[in-house]
Amino acid sequence: MSAATLLHVEDLVLHYRTRQGTVRAVDGVSFDVRRGEALVVLGESGCGKSSLAKALMRLLPRNVARTGGRVRLGDLDATALSDERFRREVQWTRLALVMQASMNALNPVVRVGEQVAEPLRVQRRWSRRRALARAAEVFELVGVATDFLARYPFELSGGMRQRAVLAMALVAEPELVILDEPTSALDVLTQASIMNALKRIKRELGTSFILITHDVATSSELADRVALMYAGQLVEVADAGRFFAAPAHPYSQMLMASVPRLHQRARPEAIPGQPPSLFEPPAGCRYAERCPYRFARCAEHPPAFALGERHRARCWLHADDGEAGGAP
Amino acid sequence: MSPSAVPRPDDAQAPLIAASDLHTWFELRQWGFLRLGAVRAVDGVDFTLAHGEAVAFVGESGCGKSSLARTLLGLHRPTRGEVRFAGRSLGELKGRALKAYRAEVGYVQQDPYGALPPFLDVRRLLAEPLIVHGVRDRAERERRIRAALEEVRLSPAEEYLGKFPHMLSGGQQQRVVIARALILAPRLVIADEPVSMLDASVRVEILELLRHIQCERGLTLAFITHDLSTVRHYAERIFVMYAGRVVESAPVDDLLDHPQHPYTQALLAAIADPDAANATRLREVPAGEPPSLLHPPAACRFHPRCPHFMAGVCDRHDPPDFEPRRRHRSACWLHR
Ligand SMILES: Nc1ncnc2c1ncn2[C@@H]1O[C@H](COP(=O)(O)OP(=O)(O)OP(=O)(O)O)[C@@H](O)[C@H]1O
Ligand SMILES: Nc1ncnc2c1ncn2[C@@H]1O[C@H](COP(=O)(O)OP(=O)(O)OP(=O)(O)O)[C@@H](O)[C@H]1O
Ligand code: SF4
Ligand SMILES: [Mg+2]
Ligand SMILES: [Mg+2]
Repeated sequence: MSAATLLHVEDLVLHYRTRQGTVRAVDGVSFDVRRGEALVVLGESGCGKSSLAKALMRLLPRNVARTGGRVRLGDLDATALSDERFRREVQWTRLALVMQASMNALNPVVRVGEQVAEPLRVQRRWSRRRALARAAEVFELVGVATDFLARYPFELSGGMRQRAVLAMALVAEPELVILDEPTSALDVLTQASIMNALKRIKRELGTSFILITHDVATSSELADRVALMYAGQLVEVADAGRFFAAPAHPYSQMLMASVPRLHQRARPEAIPGQPPSLFEPPAGCRYAERCPYRFARCAEHPPAFALGERHRARCWLHADDGEAGGAP
Repeated sequence: MSPSAVPRPDDAQAPLIAASDLHTWFELRQWGFLRLGAVRAVDGVDFTLAHGEAVAFVGESGCGKSSLARTLLGLHRPTRGEVRFAGRSLGELKGRALKAYRAEVGYVQQDPYGALPPFLDVRRLLAEPLIVHGVRDRAERERRIRAALEEVRLSPAEEYLGKFPHMLSGGQQQRVVIARALILAPRLVIADEPVSMLDASVRVEILELLRHIQCERGLTLAFITHDLSTVRHYAERIFVMYAGRVVESAPVDDLLDHPQHPYTQALLAAIADPDAANATRLREVPAGEPPSLLHPPAACRFHPRCPHFMAGVCDRHDPPDFEPRRRHRSACWLHR
């Protein structure tokens, strides 16, 4: 693990128990994030992105069938911490999460300023005044006028509410912020302006981000690195430049070809077929059914082959140029 | 299929549907009687769509796209102005004529998940419009249902007929919604955000399908979206809406390559194509948020956010439609 590594995740697992069987939502995910770096987690709906975020934050529902894997944050072995210590020492203060659709989950009867200040009052036991003053600073950072502190959520537009939940995640100055679809419900201009705020925060405060989204174009607004998820696993992890221009995994290539582009005339191409069920994912490559390059070997489960420095792809086509099980 | 659905060379440019000075306002009341004012959802819209043309209406959330669609469908009565379909004013249609109009216009409503009642299987979902419009013969209905499923590429049809919506993926559900909109062989299809709830890879598939059917059948297609990046290949003309009005309209390539209205320019500048370099530069975004339609800004609706705002002009007089380029209209005083 390099000194610059902030978060190191190895073989993370989160399975749910349901009446229909076990859902293997996160099924052996490994990656790392360096200090000041933004990792984008891309993937189709239902592939396990939000589950990955919840597993990292230990915000687990009751019907967990299995969890596993190792998570290190800086030099802290988070896996070894009890839930109690994790909540006190890591959650929200070192590692924060903006949950999917959380802008609609603000408490309707509490002024947004109080809600943003709350983590400081509860976890750091700051006075109300001090916490509110800090909340005002963070509001400015995310682009909300400070007189909005005194407003109730229903008095704010969707874009402003989204900025408020972002402020809530940033208020305790965490080292790493996980953003789960932070702009998907918003308009183009609001989206662009929130992405601008995130870029500024990243540059000025050196905060690290994991940005979860299914929107490839928006993801490129923040990404230093990209991890593409498919059916509970990462199929490729690469530098953004590499991923957007010349990805290695067939699914990555087909995903990039399916993205409609505003300024280019190339016609987007759909990916035929559907992702497999997470109840009983195929024993071989999970993408095989949709893959035009499929060959005999694909009936076996491919490991993640290391293709270069910090570049991995889970595909048998790279068995010769890569080295199985290489470090991310 | 009605014979008029096949485009004939002589009516290729003949108007199928036209809106003139169209206004749809919603009265807002408190406790049922206290008038708070009117939400000006559609506020002076003019356009003409030709037979067999595919157009896109693009704009941000709340700018009035769905209200416009519902007014064209005859679901809202215009506050002012009129809609003419094949030469007749919608306002004159009553009873059977109105019912016949509803069969001529297919509607793919926003929110595919709410569009399909969960307790009907695919066969019943598709039979319903046929029954409502008097197709009594069961065998004839079955034939048309199967043909509709094949047309949206849910084939073999048998596999889908008995399925309920929850057994279908989002993309398959949307195909059923499209099949339902097409089953009465309409001449016009209005598709309100047909793909915004779907994954990127599925989006393209559905848009291709719609465009393909539109060309095959010679339909007029009005497709509503908030996502400019998806329009290039699926429409011939674009209408950009802002705060209840059409601010710019042009053939698709001309609009995307030479946007004229400051709002369209801002929209286009805000949209990224995937590129790692995006992460290293800030985007130019006009300040502020879309205005309230209850109290819209005076004159040009975009003036409070516009980088080219000219005091005394833009906030005093409504900009008319100028034609700064051929077939390219823009409602902005800069073209004066
Ligand atoms: N608490 C739960 N119990 C059972 N299954 C669950 C639970 N939460 C999620 N799932 C299932 O796990 C899979 C992954 O869900 P998850 O929400 O992580 O996907 P996602 O990639 O975030 O999707 P989206 O893009 O739609 O938000 C899905 O099949 C989902 O139905
Ligand atoms: N039946 C109604 N009664 C009162 N107000 C309405 C009604 N329908 C729509 N509105 C209002 O009219 C405005 C335009 O709404 P509309 O749904 O047409 O916008 P839209 O462009 O389709 O937005 P979106 O992209 O979110 O679907 C909004 O302010 C909305 O709240
Ligand atoms: S009319 Fe004036 S305010 Fe409106 S878009 Fe044109 S320059 Fe801007
Ligand atoms: Mg999710
Ligand atoms: Mg709408």
